[in-house]
Amino acid sequence: MKLRTLVLGLLAAAAMAVPASANTLDNVRKNGFLRCGVSEGQPGFSNPDAKGNWTGLDVDYCRAVAAAIFNDPNKVRFVPVSFAERFTALQAGQFDILSHNTTWTMDRDVGQGLEFIGVDFYDGQGFMVRKSSGITSALQLKGATLCTQTGTTSELNAADYSRAHNLGYKVIVYQKASEYIAAYDAGRCDGATTDRSGLAGDRLKLKNPADHILLPETISKEPLGPAVRQGDQQWGDLCRWVLFAMVNAEELNVNSKNVDQMMNSTSPEVRRLLGKEGGFGQELTLTADWAYRIIKRVGNYGEVYERAVGTGTPLKLPRGLNNLWNKGGIMYAPPIR
Amino acid sequence: MAERPRRAVWRDTHWRSIFAQALVLVALAGVAAWLVHNAADALTRRHVASGFGFLEHTAGFSISQTLIDYSEEMSYGRTLWVGLLNTLLVSAVSIVLSTILGFIVGIGRLSSNWLVAKLCTIYIETLRNIPLLLQILFWYFGVLQTLPVPRQSMTLGSWLVLNNRGVYVPEVVFGHGSWIVIATFLFGLAASFGLYRWAQHTQQRTGKRPVVGWAMPLLIIGLPVVATFALGHPFSLSWPELSGFQYQGGLSINPELAGMTTGLSIYTAAYIAEIVRAGLLSVARGQREAAEALGLPRQRVLWLVLIPQAMRVIIPPLASEYLSLTKNSSLAIAIGYPDLVSVFAGTVLNQTGQAIEILSITMAIYLALSLITSGLMNLYSYAHRLEGSA
Amino acid sequence: MTAFRAPPKHHEGPVEWVRVHLFDGVFNSILTLAMIALVVWAVPPAAKWLFIDAAWHGAARDACEGVSGACWPYIGARLGQIVYGFYDAGERWRADVVFAFGAIGLAWLVIPRLPRKGWVGGMMLTLYPLVAFVLLSGGWFGLPIVSTERWGGLLLTLVVAAVGIVASLPLGVILALGRRSELPVVRVLCVAFIEVWRGVPMITVLFAASSLLPLFLPDGWEFDKLLRALISIAFFNAAYMAEVVRAGLQALPKGQYEGAAALGLGYWQAMIFIVLPQALRTMLPGIVNNMVSMFKDTSLVTIIGFFDLMGTIQAGATDLEWASPNVAVTGYIFAALIYWAFCFSMSRYSAHLEEQLAEGERR
Repeated sequence: MKLRTLVLGLLAAAAMAVPASANTLDNVRKNGFLRCGVSEGQPGFSNPDAKGNWTGLDVDYCRAVAAAIFNDPNKVRFVPVSFAERFTALQAGQFDILSHNTTWTMDRDVGQGLEFIGVDFYDGQGFMVRKSSGITSALQLKGATLCTQTGTTSELNAADYSRAHNLGYKVIVYQKASEYIAAYDAGRCDGATTDRSGLAGDRLKLKNPADHILLPETISKEPLGPAVRQGDQQWGDLCRWVLFAMVNAEELNVNSKNVDQMMNSTSPEVRRLLGKEGGFGQELTLTADWAYRIIKRVGNYGEVYERAVGTGTPLKLPRGLNNLWNKGGIMYAPPIR
Repeated sequence: MAERPRRAVWRDTHWRSIFAQALVLVALAGVAAWLVHNAADALTRRHVASGFGFLEHTAGFSISQTLIDYSEEMSYGRTLWVGLLNTLLVSAVSIVLSTILGFIVGIGRLSSNWLVAKLCTIYIETLRNIPLLLQILFWYFGVLQTLPVPRQSMTLGSWLVLNNRGVYVPEVVFGHGSWIVIATFLFGLAASFGLYRWAQHTQQRTGKRPVVGWAMPLLIIGLPVVATFALGHPFSLSWPELSGFQYQGGLSINPELAGMTTGLSIYTAAYIAEIVRAGLLSVARGQREAAEALGLPRQRVLWLVLIPQAMRVIIPPLASEYLSLTKNSSLAIAIGYPDLVSVFAGTVLNQTGQAIEILSITMAIYLALSLITSGLMNLYSYAHRLEGSA
Repeated sequence: MTAFRAPPKHHEGPVEWVRVHLFDGVFNSILTLAMIALVVWAVPPAAKWLFIDAAWHGAARDACEGVSGACWPYIGARLGQIVYGFYDAGERWRADVVFAFGAIGLAWLVIPRLPRKGWVGGMMLTLYPLVAFVLLSGGWFGLPIVSTERWGGLLLTLVVAAVGIVASLPLGVILALGRRSELPVVRVLCVAFIEVWRGVPMITVLFAASSLLPLFLPDGWEFDKLLRALISIAFFNAAYMAEVVRAGLQALPKGQYEGAAALGLGYWQAMIFIVLPQALRTMLPGIVNNMVSMFKDTSLVTIIGFFDLMGTIQAGATDLEWASPNVAVTGYIFAALIYWAFCFSMSRYSAHLEEQLAEGERR
């Protein structure tokens, strides 16, 4: 009786283990949805609301990939994963793309089995302190206690900066964003440190956001971007060009509102982007209108940026470095041709 | 004598059992080989580094509490030791505190005082039935935000400073010649113990107890005090002082350690209390009645008759409770206390990505702690078994 | 010599009760006064914080702004999330049905007068999990699929606990029997399995299940993350369950084994018809106690990124719409209350079983 229950249970478990091929795209097509590893809640990048609807830049990127493949931006399953766990989870195949504002570093790219497909947000590490402390520069934080979260480059950068300027920081490392920000808010630390975009979002979670300021120093380069598993070139290319298409669309002034008119554009660049010329979609094993789908269903990079973190949102992050290369930023995508 | 009936090999239970076991072993080896093959395959295909070489690499991150010398330039291997020692520290402190609290509550639950017994019951039934993680988070985040900032610390002179960065007390600095004072203290302790044994022995032999109580404080306190003066105050105190953002100097207990020990001790004490109660109840009724009939006061009955006999029943489950406390200390990761799991299976794992190696090392350490404890426990049970019960 | 004393007078009434139970001697009197002081010091402020100073109405963070007590509107606003997680709002009736059937089944098993306990128990262990799984995950009978990432809150806590309990019991029995087996290989394997799982913290096991296990499977095989966590929790608890079962087996008089052998019953027959039914009765309190620990341990899945009851509450502490001072502590207290209600009723039930057993022995 007991034995039979066990055997039945094991059989059921085995049946649920879906065997699939090594090809990620085939796998995604067969599942009928894309699985996207995101943060457990970071405003502006990947944040669930009370109903479990995800919003943010990282989330919209995954929707764009889903739109390119399925013509439906909702065919995404968001898998929340902690900072600490995200790389092993990606290697282990828990999702198809990691879109978790991950800093592109050499070790992660070369030694940890990740393949970064581009940068969707140029960032740098900063500090947040209480206004009442009167501190205006990170160099005044000598001997300070800082709160941050584990699994990020922030831990290492803070240690580097402290060593370089002989500041003797004491860094307390928490497992989750909600914990490090709660500890900072409770006064455990003199400052909080992580990527500036992260601080801007996390500041909103404080009891009184107006009482806190970001210090001017940016102590590191944090090119944030999505990553996929190493060893599947086709999938990596597809994800890379979804991002490039979004940036190129902004550069060509193609957005979700005018994309239908743009289908009749005479500009060769726009025609190539929207699949009127050349067989770029087919080369990605997608349809010719792959980029049209992305722009129509999700939007170009600028639209996504403004919607997620732009000046109209609570985060109020100006474009800065993330503006297009011809508008004073460094956001630059190779041409589609 | 009947001859062993001849059977076909496959019907002979002896051969059948050997065959079954061989089959199990082969199947197991097969599964293991398959798993290892898969993992090796996955790692090479995705170019993930493997092996234990990473232990030599520079760590590059700082740790908020270190019991041994540590700096960012040191290796990942060193962080393993830092983390392990932090785990042992929080476990040891919590074991002591939870034992004291657990005994008080356990004895209190059997108290004839109605109010004490009821409050102890409420304590046990509340804290045992709420997840430890929740309790630790409550103590850490709930209490932390009620504490003042360093500049407005609650202070007891300079003797005790309490703020949201921790608890600060003066630290004793051992100067030149301080070991002599410590030696005289230890000598006083040993001499008092000898005196006590002699007094007891004499009482048992003659029925009269020599009065030695006055000598003990003289030996234990008097001797070291004399030595201190003779050597010209070899000790000094380092006082906590506000400098910059926080208090410097003195002995500090940071809120993470305080939160962990509070949570762990209060939670485990509820279990220990139940063990103590069961132990006391296991002592035969007649023992208490006989002791009371002899006219021993209630406190003496408890300490001289009941507890010594209950210890045999108390110690084995107590040891396994200590073990689960040590394992539970891994919840430190939730509140940023740098224990083994948080430092090694957390930060180091993230920086290197070598999950298999790091999780194996971590699990092996806990397993070793557990096996050592249960080994010691078996020795104890063997040495203290009741005659006749084998 | 003890002086001759008069026999104690027999008194009754509340004053006498207070004297005997609270002020019996100097030590006890001091103790009583200290305890009264403790209660006076702790209870009124706590009650004030929980009820009097608390906010009771409002819809967003300003409802609790400047309030020095608990923030109950937050619990009201997030109750759906606390109970169901992100489970699609239109489909929550499915979770309700599962809750209802589970409650009825359990009540049936616990209330002594109701008949056919074995039959109902069998159903709860076999049919019920199947029905619950189909209902919750969907995909059959036209029910829309709700992927496990969206399960959360109390629902997820109960799913994890129930699966752990149902799966760990048979596994534990098998392990315990294996530990007492006469075949050395089986014995050694079972001992190793039990000791390894009991020797490591559950967090490391969950880490391994969530990030390591998939590495050991061939590429493309893929387990649902929740399923992996469930398997590891079941194994983890099976090891603890095995020790409870072993204790139960050891407590059974030797004559029962010998009697079964004398009747010519084989090993499995003896175990299933003679040994286990008797041993299970004595094991029941231990098993229920084990369930309590396991129910509490489910909160650890928060650490590997599940939004169970604990995780939902914790995430709520930094909820953008509700980030006001006492939201976090209110959440912790509310969660503690739920966990406590479940665990306390289980441990009361276990104590009740123990009393029943003790009565049976006294006879």
